[in-house]
Amino acid sequence: MVYENLLRDKRAIRELIRRIESLKITRDVNIMEVCGTHTYTFFRFGLRKIMPSFVNLISGPGCPVCITEDIFIDKAILLAQEKKNVIATFGDLVRVKGTRSSLEQERAKGAHILVVYSPYEALDYARTHPEKRVIFLGVGFETTAPVIASVVKKAKEKKLKNFFLLTSHRLIPPAMQTLCEDKDIKIDGFICPGHVSAIIGQRPYESIVKRYRKGCVICGFEPFDMVLGIYLLLLQIKNNRPKMENEYKRVVNPRGNPLAEKLLREVFKVVDAPWRGFGIVRKSGLALHERYQDLDAHQLIRRNIHFERRKSEGCLCAEVVKGKIGPSQCPQFRKICTPQDPLGPCMISFEGTCRIYYEYGE
Amino acid sequence: MCLAYPMQVMQLKGKHAVVDAQGIRREVNIEFLKGLKVGDYVMIHAGFAIERYDAKKARQTLEYVKEYMDGIRKSSKR
Repeated sequence: MVYENLLRDKRAIRELIRRIESLKITRDVNIMEVCGTHTYTFFRFGLRKIMPSFVNLISGPGCPVCITEDIFIDKAILLAQEKKNVIATFGDLVRVKGTRSSLEQERAKGAHILVVYSPYEALDYARTHPEKRVIFLGVGFETTAPVIASVVKKAKEKKLKNFFLLTSHRLIPPAMQTLCEDKDIKIDGFICPGHVSAIIGQRPYESIVKRYRKGCVICGFEPFDMVLGIYLLLLQIKNNRPKMENEYKRVVNPRGNPLAEKLLREVFKVVDAPWRGFGIVRKSGLALHERYQDLDAHQLIRRNIHFERRKSEGCLCAEVVKGKIGPSQCPQFRKICTPQDPLGPCMISFEGTCRIYYEYGE
Repeated sequence: MCLAYPMQVMQLKGKHAVVDAQGIRREVNIEFLKGLKVGDYVMIHAGFAIERYDAKKARQTLEYVKEYMDGIRKSSKR
């Protein structure tokens, strides 16, 4: 039996809010929800409006499309411009602009862009179209990376010569560490992403608690889950006892998913990697392991091409993903930047902070 | 993109399973989970079962809800 709908009970949530108020915390508390889907729950169910004013909720970097750099899009576009190539991707990425263009604009000019729900669809396409080269854009955190790893392994086993991966996978805990070390951002505790945690378990957060003395609560995605998670964090803060707690026990095993992690380690290696807004974050990216380098799409890009980082023109997504500003502090928000004509990825992705603020309030 | 939905295992087919949520059925990869049985609930992400959904532990969260509801009843009696 699945109980998710029962975790939307308004009266229980109100009672929980009453208990948060009765904690009588007299200072402002900054809580970051790392995951974009949590941001969505906060807004979609109006939780921000009922939260006591001393609780500041800061949206974090947990939107894969939002933290993917322009250069990655530029590489994908370059590959898309070759007639033989098919770019296979999850839908969100198609509208994100690189330095000059987006995959959507390239599609209008004739490029073959295949939007898939599961990367296995891309693999099947490669199998049935041997004359094409299928390049899958590997974007996502620990939840998604094992899925991609499985497909890459399968392609290798099947000796497919026309399936490649352009990878930009990122790991969440190193970004949280970077946020803890940033003096401009004051976070008292984290609502940790539930489905990333289903793969990695509790341990990575335990070291954040120990090293930075920030509370970490793994949360489910229903309204009651999230308000309970905030309550647990506030209790920790009031008692000055930061710890790792798991509110999402119905899905998250303390040790994570060992089979998925094992496959991750087989197919990928951990590397230093750039994030929009963060710069290079140590040991935060996944690149294909040497064993799988014949599937790396980078080898299809001509060597003499130099990709340049551009300065964003008026778009403040880089500040938003780090939680330095909220969307309403960006002068472009709602005026120039809208879901119909977005300037940056935070307005494009359904998990993007700006998109969620635009659709559901503030 | 880290969205995942609970669905119930209806049929096992080696490394794959047919899962169902309110009549919507699809075939998913189950290689990350050992010993799944028909009737189990799993979390589905991008065509893969990434973890089990433990109904017993879900009930514990509901116990919390009940506890908070009791809180309301007590405060309304006052």
